This record gives sequence, structure tokens and C-alpha cells, in this order.
Amino acid sequence: MHEYSIVQAMFDQIEAQAQARHAIAVKRVFVRIGRSAGVDVRLLKTAYDTFRVRTICDDAPLEVDEVPEVWTCPDGHGDIVPGGKLTCETCGRPARMASGDEIILERLELEVP
Amino acid sequence: MCDSCGCGDSDIVPVAVHERILANNERAARHNREQFHDHHVSVINLMGSPGSGKTAVLEATARMLGPSKRLGVLVGDLATDNDARRVRAAGIVAEAITTGSACHLDADMLHKGLQRIPWRELDTLFIENVGNLVCPAVYDLGQDVNVVALSVTEGEDKPLKYPIIFRKADLVLVTKIDLLKVLPDISIARIQENLSMVMPTPVMIPVSATTGEGIAEWVEWLGRIRQAPPVHVHEAEAHGHAHHHHAHDHTHP
Repeated sequence: MHEYSIVQAMFDQIEAQAQARHAIAVKRVFVRIGRSAGVDVRLLKTAYDTFRVRTICDDAPLEVDEVPEVWTCPDGHGDIVPGGKLTCETCGRPARMASGDEIILERLELEVP
Repeated sequence: MCDSCGCGDSDIVPVAVHERILANNERAARHNREQFHDHHVSVINLMGSPGSGKTAVLEATARMLGPSKRLGVLVGDLATDNDARRVRAAGIVAEAITTGSACHLDADMLHKGLQRIPWRELDTLFIENVGNLVCPAVYDLGQDVNVVALSVTEGEDKPLKYPIIFRKADLVLVTKIDLLKVLPDISIARIQENLSMVMPTPVMIPVSATTGEGIAEWVEWLGRIRQAPPVHVHEAEAHGHAHHHHAHDHTHP
């Protein structure tokens, strides 16, 4: 259940952004979460909904953009489909993860005076 | 303020942030890593399920190396210091970091835990993480390498069920291999095959803390890590995210 500590870290970042811009409220929160980042999106949303009550985010829905897991050959022989061996079929080199491990606070919509 | 009609209503403005949510933990981990490098301490983050044999492997390691090497252990434990006491009995410096309800260690908890042991005097510091195959994988602590203990009694498909922790492992210790004789359906080759589907560079050492089989190979691996720690291209950097410089702004006791 580390999703709760991720949400806690996210609130610290949101509060810093809101303070810097003297925001009255946060209206929307956008995050990007990789499908192989080790974050359960359903639990993340539950944790967010638990924490946001009576905070500056009380009125701000959480929008999650889920990023697919993509592995690629480091020598440019194209993508490697997960589910098989994580090596390039052409050159045998270990695959490199190109996306799918993101845990990113992407953007906010703030209400400012 | 609304400046088109002068009504005094507030405005909604979009703000691009693009910040890694765990950036603070990553800064703390970087700080730990710099400290370890400055004092030439090799740091191993040992993860695995509850009961996978993490503590037993450390006891066997201590038995093989004896007092010749300076070893230390920080054990992340939800409620007790039983594991720390076991390891101390085997002759290594050990302290528990009691995490309470937290399912993993983070870089800041480790940093605080460091104050409890003379880590600067060690050759190798093991961090025995909380027994859990999910949460510890997400938090960088400042270690040189990640090692996952996977016991043969857990089943061959653990790597497929918990791909993230195995993906982040530099080495998988397949433990309790003395039990293979009573587990006719478990094959080390199939474990290796499953690892190769989640680890781009699968490295595995089968060991038994009971018979001592494989422990010499593990100790040799630790020696190589100490001589030449692998350079991890951190996924953060590989994906081109901003890197924050961490200034060292406090002293250590």
C-alpha cells in the first residue's frame, strides 16, 4: 500500500505549486503512471480521494494517464514485445525499457485570484 | 482576476509541472549514495517475500566470511527486531529500522537508521528490506545493487507475478535449494526462464543457507560488486527527466 505514501508526496508537490501561485483552489490534477511502475492506479485513486477531503484539492478530480510498457533494442533494432525474453532477437542485447515506469505529476489546473 | 468584464471572478490557469512524484525520495537516495561512495562502503538492498530466507542468507554469509570482513546490516522490520538479533548472533553489526505500518523502507528512513550503526567502518552494508515483493521495488535507497531472494518453495512463477521487483534486481538468489529434493515439480531452469522474461540481464545464484551450497559463489559476487559497482543508468535519467542537484546542507553525527 505504498500508494498512500505516493499520494502524500504528490500533495506536498501540489501544495508547493499552489502556494507559489497564490492559488485559492486546485481544480484538476493530471498524473502519468506507467503500467509497470509498481503503482496500482485504482489504489492510487482511492488514496487520493481519502487524502483530498478538506484540502486545497477537495474539488479537484484526479486524471490518470496510463503509459504502456515499451521495451526496445538499445542498438535500434526496434521494440521487443513483453511476455518473451527481454533480449533483442536480432543482436541479442538486453532490452532497454523505453516507457512504462513513470510516476509523474504532469500538470495542474489552479484557481487563482 | 477576470479582466474581460471586470467582474472580479477568479481564473483557472493550467500549470505544467512534469515532476517525478518521488523526486524527494530520489534526492535523499542520491545523498545516501554519495555518502556511501565517499566512505567506500558497498551497499546491498536485499529484498524478497516474508520467509524467503533473507536473514538466513545473511547468517550464512557471516559464517563464511567470519570476522575478516567488516559487515553490517540494517533490517527493515514492521514490528520487531528479531531479524537484527539473529544476524547479530551470527557476528555482524545489526540494527533494526522499525517501520511501523510502512510496507517498505525509503531513503529518509535509511538515512535516519544509519545513525544507529558505525556504517563508515564497514566494507559492506546490507539493507534487509521489509518482506514484500511489491512496495520496496519503488523506492531507491542509495544502494549499489538490488538483490532479490526467491525461495524454491514460493513457486516458479513469482517473477511473472511480481515483475517489477525482479526487473530492478541485479541478482536473484534462489534460496532453500536443499529443499529441491522434496519438491519434484520445481525446476531451477524454469525459474531462470521466467526471470529472463522480466530481467533484461538475468543473473541468478542458487543457494542453501542450510548446507552452504552456493554461498561461496554469492560471496564472490559480493566481492566483485565491491570492486566494481555496476553503473546504473537510472531510469529517471534515461527518460530525460530533469535532474535536481542536491547540495549537502547538513553534517553527519
